[in-house]
Amino acid sequence: MAIAEAVKRCRPNVISAYPITPQTHIVEDLAQMVADGELKAEFVNVESEFSAASVCLGASATGARAYTATTSQGLLLMAEVLFNIGGLRLPIVLTCANRAVSSPLSIWNDHQDAMTVRDSGWIQLWAEDNQEAADMHFQAFKIAERVSLPVMVNMDGFVLTHAFEPVDMPEQEEIDAFLPPFQPKYRLDPANPLTFGYLAEPDKYMEARYILHRALDNALPVIADVAAEFKRKFGRGTDPFVEGYTLEDAEVVLVGMGSMMGTVKDAIDEMREEGTKVGALRLRTFRPFPKDAVRNALRNARSVAVMERAISLGNGGILSNELKEALYGAKTMPNIGSFIVGLGGRDVTTDTVRKVAKDAANMAHCTEFVDLRMELIAEGDR
Amino acid sequence: MNGISLTPEQLKKNNLTSGHRACMGCGESLAGRLALNAAGKNIIVTQATGCMEVFSSSYPDSAWNVPWIHSLFENQAAVAAGIEAALKALGRTDTRVIAQGGDGGTADIGLQCLSGMFERGHDVLYICYDNEAYMNTGVQRSGLTPTDARTTTSPPGEESWGNQRPKKDLPAIAAAHHIPYVATATVGYYRDLEKKVQKAMSIRGPKYLQIHVPCPLGWGYDSAQTIKVAQLAVLTGLYPIFEMEYGELTAVRKTPKRRPVEDYLKLQTRFRHLFRGEGSKEQLARVQAIADENARRYGLDER
Repeated sequence: MAIAEAVKRCRPNVISAYPITPQTHIVEDLAQMVADGELKAEFVNVESEFSAASVCLGASATGARAYTATTSQGLLLMAEVLFNIGGLRLPIVLTCANRAVSSPLSIWNDHQDAMTVRDSGWIQLWAEDNQEAADMHFQAFKIAERVSLPVMVNMDGFVLTHAFEPVDMPEQEEIDAFLPPFQPKYRLDPANPLTFGYLAEPDKYMEARYILHRALDNALPVIADVAAEFKRKFGRGTDPFVEGYTLEDAEVVLVGMGSMMGTVKDAIDEMREEGTKVGALRLRTFRPFPKDAVRNALRNARSVAVMERAISLGNGGILSNELKEALYGAKTMPNIGSFIVGLGGRDVTTDTVRKVAKDAANMAHCTEFVDLRMELIAEGDR
Repeated sequence: MNGISLTPEQLKKNNLTSGHRACMGCGESLAGRLALNAAGKNIIVTQATGCMEVFSSSYPDSAWNVPWIHSLFENQAAVAAGIEAALKALGRTDTRVIAQGGDGGTADIGLQCLSGMFERGHDVLYICYDNEAYMNTGVQRSGLTPTDARTTTSPPGEESWGNQRPKKDLPAIAAAHHIPYVATATVGYYRDLEKKVQKAMSIRGPKYLQIHVPCPLGWGYDSAQTIKVAQLAVLTGLYPIFEMEYGELTAVRKTPKRRPVEDYLKLQTRFRHLFRGEGSKEQLARVQAIADENARRYGLDER
């Protein structure tokens, strides 16, 4: 409900979505708001996520503020359109209720869906709790429209989407002041007939991709600027890129994204009481990857344990690979271990976190699955 | 012969202007110009990947004098739905929306998006330029390739006479959505084509127009013969020209002196294998039976 309320206050002109667990209640609530006349928008009930993304693409190119929400299989079905939206520089906002990817079928939470489309030219923001997820939507539209790039707001399926938490919802007037109506730089308009989505031959394609890549890099200061403005106006928000937790003297740093970082912080409080020097680093912005912020935050770390809720099959953790790239050549390069946790809704408990922290120093440059039930794995598959 | 040259002002009058990269004698480019000119100036066009997209929009050149967007191969109907929803939301409903694609982008890969757009009742005219194969990728078989046609993926050989399946009846599929207007047209009868576009634009809601557009390269005929080939498809009964409103047949172009299908087939190398070898007579009879069935179904022979 909080997300639908937040999206409503962003005054989208066009909403298009296809139902998929655990995204459904977000778009159900928006449909009701439109039906009740609370939200003046076109709600387009499509026959697939592929069409949902395509409807948003057409609407955004025409100058409308466009919104969709999905997860998992739906996000993968959108994949071709997502890349196209990135290339067309359309400021669409998408809520991804992060969920595992089939097969086996799982409706439960991990991060494989969004990680798989990380190269599509979308900005990716990752929320830890519902307040942050709601606040991210106000910022997402503002960022998207300032830099002409789409923004994906990631929030863990069920863990966040189906949680009851008190959320402070800004008044409509406050959001109107923060997020003025969309003023597109370019739009489909017979008064000024522009051509969108051209063909680029080999002597032009690379430049288009370079410009898109630079646009993502250049979005970093805008993300920071919008977060700072939001904090000034509403008094909430962490660092726009990374949030550190007891990092100052931490020898072991646990890195991750999303709701499990709350559990990580609880586990750290316990371990700190026991005298272990452990800290955490949560990435709030994953695309563009905030290399400088990550480098700076980990400058004193000796061991880094990346807690990954997705995997690049045949290689290993995705986040740890990105982290290694960011830290390669740093003055003090920490050991970096990759710990696959919480796939397909497996709980990440304080015990899980403790195991990771304990193994961190020994697991440099390895990939370890945590909390595996070995009794389910045949001898030959171990 | 007098040379004809157009002024820049005249060039701007065409919604799809000249100077693009289509092949000589391209039926699709001619149909595109006629159809979009008939639609007027206050339109937004979205286009599937395919020949027309490629020949008209190679950066930095554009042949489009109307706002135009190409997204993907299979989503133009959904993009059009989004454009229409945006125009509604922004109060710009004087501007109308046209989605267009080739036969592959419409009947095969784009069929789901097309059905969704029809079913939701968007005010969109969808134009399918039917040249009966994937021409942009080099003449591969599509769901609208006619029986016995040679394409690169339905080649005739010892065991085959070419494409063994009948042409998908896409107008009937469109009509099954009970949308206000479904029609077929051909670049061979351009006044009829223009009138159908104008009629479609006078109706609010989803419209489907399928235009037969011969392709000299893919079909293998002299590029000066595009109009003649297009007309023969109608005159032989192989491409019935009709209108349907809310699922009911309302008008048919009659061909009382129907020509034998050979008159159409023999002009094209894609059917050359039907004129030689053992069994070719039976194959020709098979194609003639398709024309005869069209004549029965649409009443083509009636006066």
